[in-house]
Amino acid sequence: MRSAPPRPPLYGVMGEFSTPQDLVTAIENVRAEGYTRLDAYTPFPIEEAWEALGHHKSPVPLIVLMGGIVGGLSGFFLQYWVSVIEYPLNVGGRPLNSWPSFIPVTFECTILGAVLAAVAGVFILNGLPEPYHPVFNVERFAFASRNRYFLCIEAVDPKFDRDQAHQLLLDLNAVEATDVDP
Amino acid sequence: MNPPGPPSINVPPSRPSNPRSIPARISIPVVAPGYTTATLTDKISSAVLQKTPRWWYPAFGVAFAFLNLFFIAVGWLFIKGIGIWGINIPVAWGWDIVNFVWWVGIGHAGTLISAILLLFRQQWRTSINRFAEAMTIFAVACAAQYPILHLGRPWLFFWLMPYPSSMGTWPQFRSPLIWDVFAVSTYAITSLLFWYVGLLPDLATLRDRSKSKVAKLVYGFGAMGWRGSAAHWHNYETAYLLLAGLATPLVLSVHTVVSFDFAVGVVPGWHTTIFPPYFVAGAVFSGFAMVMSLSIPLRKLFHLEDFITMRHLHNMAKVMLVTGLIVAYGYFIEIFMAFYSGNEHDIAMIENRFFGPYWFYYAMLWACNIVIPQLLWFRKIRDNIALLFVISIIVNVGMWLERFVIIVTSLHRDFLPSSWGMYHGTFWDISTYLGTLGLFFSLLFLFIRFLPAISISEMRTILPEAKLEDK
Repeated sequence: MRSAPPRPPLYGVMGEFSTPQDLVTAIENVRAEGYTRLDAYTPFPIEEAWEALGHHKSPVPLIVLMGGIVGGLSGFFLQYWVSVIEYPLNVGGRPLNSWPSFIPVTFECTILGAVLAAVAGVFILNGLPEPYHPVFNVERFAFASRNRYFLCIEAVDPKFDRDQAHQLLLDLNAVEATDVDP
Repeated sequence: MNPPGPPSINVPPSRPSNPRSIPARISIPVVAPGYTTATLTDKISSAVLQKTPRWWYPAFGVAFAFLNLFFIAVGWLFIKGIGIWGINIPVAWGWDIVNFVWWVGIGHAGTLISAILLLFRQQWRTSINRFAEAMTIFAVACAAQYPILHLGRPWLFFWLMPYPSSMGTWPQFRSPLIWDVFAVSTYAITSLLFWYVGLLPDLATLRDRSKSKVAKLVYGFGAMGWRGSAAHWHNYETAYLLLAGLATPLVLSVHTVVSFDFAVGVVPGWHTTIFPPYFVAGAVFSGFAMVMSLSIPLRKLFHLEDFITMRHLHNMAKVMLVTGLIVAYGYFIEIFMAFYSGNEHDIAMIENRFFGPYWFYYAMLWACNIVIPQLLWFRKIRDNIALLFVISIIVNVGMWLERFVIIVTSLHRDFLPSSWGMYHGTFWDISTYLGTLGLFFSLLFLFIRFLPAISISEMRTILPEAKLEDK
């Protein structure tokens, strides 16, 4: 039996900022120092924050486009298959593939496919649902959904050093810097 | 959530001191001055996290009583069949389809506010969109009851869906009624998902702010681990904007397809090309009236006058005025086309509307939808909250009458005088209608009690605090 379990490694160091401007300036400076594994936590979307973090293009639009195309094609070919192949019915002598009457359903299926793709896309890309995440171990993190702005320098960063990260965040006008337990 | 793209945080906060963003005449801001993200968050979330206000119990109680009336009416319908309603041949569509169209139409304002006004970057939508979206979902839930109950054997509604059944039959995709199934169900799913995605950050706020263990657990479950990370927001904003872009053509298509239910038929009074645009405008008209009827008491009861300001009421009144005029144009064009076409059945239909047995409904329809809304031209009237409330109720009544006139007066006298008839709703028609009002208000009261009726995270973005210094 060991007397004291070894202290588990940190998830990272979290700095708390009181304005969005401080946060964005901090992100820019931390990145200029050469850190790469960062994430910011804010109560509302701040485009400058994700730009400063280097997120430029979200893959969501492409996913939505694919969803729409798949939805539309399946909508149309469902109707084609039902009306022409599986269950042909002569309605007023019109052609079995009476495509103009298939347009409303094709349109709705396109929208449905795109919407489902957008929602699935945002959940999957964001890794939600996520029942546990280390940042919630920071006591003051509850304010990230109210009026505080957080920047986390993660321990997986090759440049990570606990004390340096603390000092850097405090130098950048952080109100507080805290260890994030994993 | 906020107007996406670069101006997401650079939008000038609507303060009277910024003359560029607001015309001098309308200097009422969208949020009362003096709020910070902290006070705003506390104020909106406290409406949910505080003790249930005393008025809530009787209000919900009444709505719930009417919901039970709905269960009774539907229960009796299941036992006896649709003969308990007033429908007959020739008028096989009565109150049920009138109410279906009325409810779907009401829903449309929610999508218009949340999606179309988002694309137009109308900041004032922010404080009413959550609540209007909720209204959409509940209105669609009410609407969906009617066509299903009207099936005669409502428990077999799934026959409308294309699936390989043991009967070997498939739906008829050339029928507008099947288009309707697809349009309304796509609309219901999209509205629900759009609403839920919009709720995620606010559920996280409630999770972080609630004191009780149960509330933390429930809101935490709903928030699905949302933590406001920049990477999250980035995908989220993109998806939200795209959902708005998808919901916009969808909402137009839904009421267009609903109007096809009529316009594709040959019945005089239905068979007209003006129906799609005129139905969509009517939907927005009635929907905004409903948002107005609901938001006026809501802002009072929850003391939300700082967020739902006179600016919102003015703007909604103006949207009602414009869409009301489009609807009026539709009424005029119907009359004009009947005479211009020279078609004797169409002319007879118009004469029957004016002078037939249902003339009173038609006259009331003109009064409610065309004459009275003209009062909204006057600023004095737009400033009077009580009058706005009354006008919005009148418009709701008028739009119900419009659907009644379209459906019943067209059906009851078609081509052959030998097949003419009369139609009146019965006790059970009225009970079912009051019942869906009960369903709507029960859901609405549960919503305003347990979820933030105003989007907190979006409201934060329009505060001055959210503005970064220009680089």
